[in-house]
Amino acid sequence: MFDIDRWNEIWNALAKNKVRSLLTAFGVFWGIFMLIVMAGSGKGLQNGVSEGIAKFAANSAFFWAEQTSEPFKGFKRGRYWHMDSEDLQFLKDKVPEIEYITPKNFTGRFGNSSNVIRGKKNGSFNVKGDYPDYIKIDPVTILKGRWINDLDIRDKRKVCVIGEKVFESLFDPKENPLGQYLKISGVYYQVVGLIRAETQININGRTEESVSLPFTTMLQTYNMGNQVHFLAITAKQGIPVSVVEDKVKELIKKKHSIAPTDVQALNSVNIEKEFKQMSGLFLGIQILTWIVGIGTLMAGVIGVSNIMLVIIKERTKEIGVQRAIGATPRVIIGQIMLESVVLTTVAGYIGLSLGVGLLELVNRIIESSPQPPGERAFFTHPEISLTVALSALAVLIVAGLFAGMIPASRAIQIKPIDALREE
Amino acid sequence: MIQISNLHKSYVMGNNSLHVLKGMDLQIEEGEFVSIMGSSGSGKSTLLNILGILDDYDQGTYYLGGKLIQGLNETRAAMTRNEMIGFIFQSFNLISFKNAAENVALPLYYQKVSRKKRNLIALEYLDRLGLKEWAHHLPSELSGGQKQRVAIARALISQPKIILADEPTGALDSTTSFEVMDILKEINDQGKTVIIVTHEHDIAAMTKKIIRLKDGVIEEVIKNGELQLFKDRVRTE
Repeated sequence: MFDIDRWNEIWNALAKNKVRSLLTAFGVFWGIFMLIVMAGSGKGLQNGVSEGIAKFAANSAFFWAEQTSEPFKGFKRGRYWHMDSEDLQFLKDKVPEIEYITPKNFTGRFGNSSNVIRGKKNGSFNVKGDYPDYIKIDPVTILKGRWINDLDIRDKRKVCVIGEKVFESLFDPKENPLGQYLKISGVYYQVVGLIRAETQININGRTEESVSLPFTTMLQTYNMGNQVHFLAITAKQGIPVSVVEDKVKELIKKKHSIAPTDVQALNSVNIEKEFKQMSGLFLGIQILTWIVGIGTLMAGVIGVSNIMLVIIKERTKEIGVQRAIGATPRVIIGQIMLESVVLTTVAGYIGLSLGVGLLELVNRIIESSPQPPGERAFFTHPEISLTVALSALAVLIVAGLFAGMIPASRAIQIKPIDALREE
Repeated sequence: MIQISNLHKSYVMGNNSLHVLKGMDLQIEEGEFVSIMGSSGSGKSTLLNILGILDDYDQGTYYLGGKLIQGLNETRAAMTRNEMIGFIFQSFNLISFKNAAENVALPLYYQKVSRKKRNLIALEYLDRLGLKEWAHHLPSELSGGQKQRVAIARALISQPKIILADEPTGALDSTTSFEVMDILKEINDQGKTVIIVTHEHDIAAMTKKIIRLKDGVIEEVIKNGELQLFKDRVRTE
């Protein structure tokens, strides 16, 4: 197999018939090229999306109140209710699996009317009431100053942390926002921090366009009593969020006189489940990619086989001569199979290289294009792992063998006499 | 060298069976220069194919160089051909994308002779046939006579016991035909057994023995001394 003469034979046979070889090779080239580009793009999409959510605590769940859907304990259905601050401690005590539990409240954002004012500048932003622990669930980068702390909560300080977009529209780029005051829905707050979101998961509006107040400050200032609009909970390491989710729902429903069978009253999102669904989606994309890619590749290989068959027909005489002067069937089979393998492998390798090259080019373009701060492309690092590339190459070689098999057996069936006396 | 007795061969085509060789007996000694003649359908091509181990036969025996040639599988047949028989064809059958030297060296390739060595031997043979300058030309760049000489060199390179030539001059004009025949004669003079199939009387007349076939059996054998007679007879026919 590795003697130079045989390679010379093959090289001669292929090189002396360039057009034919090229046409044959193109199908395989295209198949592997498509496979690589599609698989790489799928991976790029996956990378983009998972980078956007990767830092978000995957073991978290969120809860918010809706109208009840069933009558219970004398209450009619369609009742408005809300969670309250007492629920926090209550849940912490009753559900030991909880690691962090933080409430989050919102003030209304009425259309385009400006709710945040600084001097002559103003803007319409999301105003949220937050707890110090919240950034352990949804991490942020602190660009300047600090996040809300326990003293802010205890003393109900009138301070705020602003997102990057808020800074851009209310401050000059070179200004230091720390220590400055913003008037939010009629009340002044001092800016103590500037943050950038690390994830693409946004709760009630994007973090860049949000102003966070201490939770307790918000309750008092905007007369919310002890209402809690939104509850974020993470489970302790190794405990599935769904366990916590079910427990919390049961306890809260019981405490607020809601029918245990009421599925609407306490709504929730389980991030773990969402993640799982997402990975399922990507798995689906991958499988699809391979099915389509392998299909295209198969078409290419069948093309090779087909053209090789035609070639055999064309080379009947040549093969007949070779056999007459002493080529054994093994030599002929070996020659044709190897020709086929060389053709598919070389074509495949070129397709592989160009495919990877294209992905790399796309990657460069994405990376060099300017992006707004805090925003990420949903398509990054399209790539092909070495394993995939190598297995594709292996598939090619095997495919080449298969492609050569039928033509080779056809060549063997040629009788030297028939080949030589075709007139 | 060749011993054939009671050889039968028939071709089956659908329901019809065509009995081509009907119990042929033939003996060719080493160093003979024989031509096989006969009208089409007389079985000369079939005989040649069997002689060349390109086809099998149904009945009888065929000894080549003392070895029984019967029911060989393709691999054995190919090896025996490579070792014992040199083929020369009417349409030369050179491989079009190989140059003259590579074509000549091909039988040695199947004997797994190293590239360097076989190319050297090929050049030597081409030189003998006066084609050294043409060694690196493709067949398409050679004349008919040159092509046939390349084919002869290819037939000789594996030093076979017999040379089988199927209408070697069929595609050549008379001048080159005679050149080719001279070469074959020279080869014969060096002791090789040469068997040619032809339907041209003047070509057959240049050999030392003519075997005329008719309807699958040998009609007559004309030996060396009787050739003049044969020529005269042909002229009057």
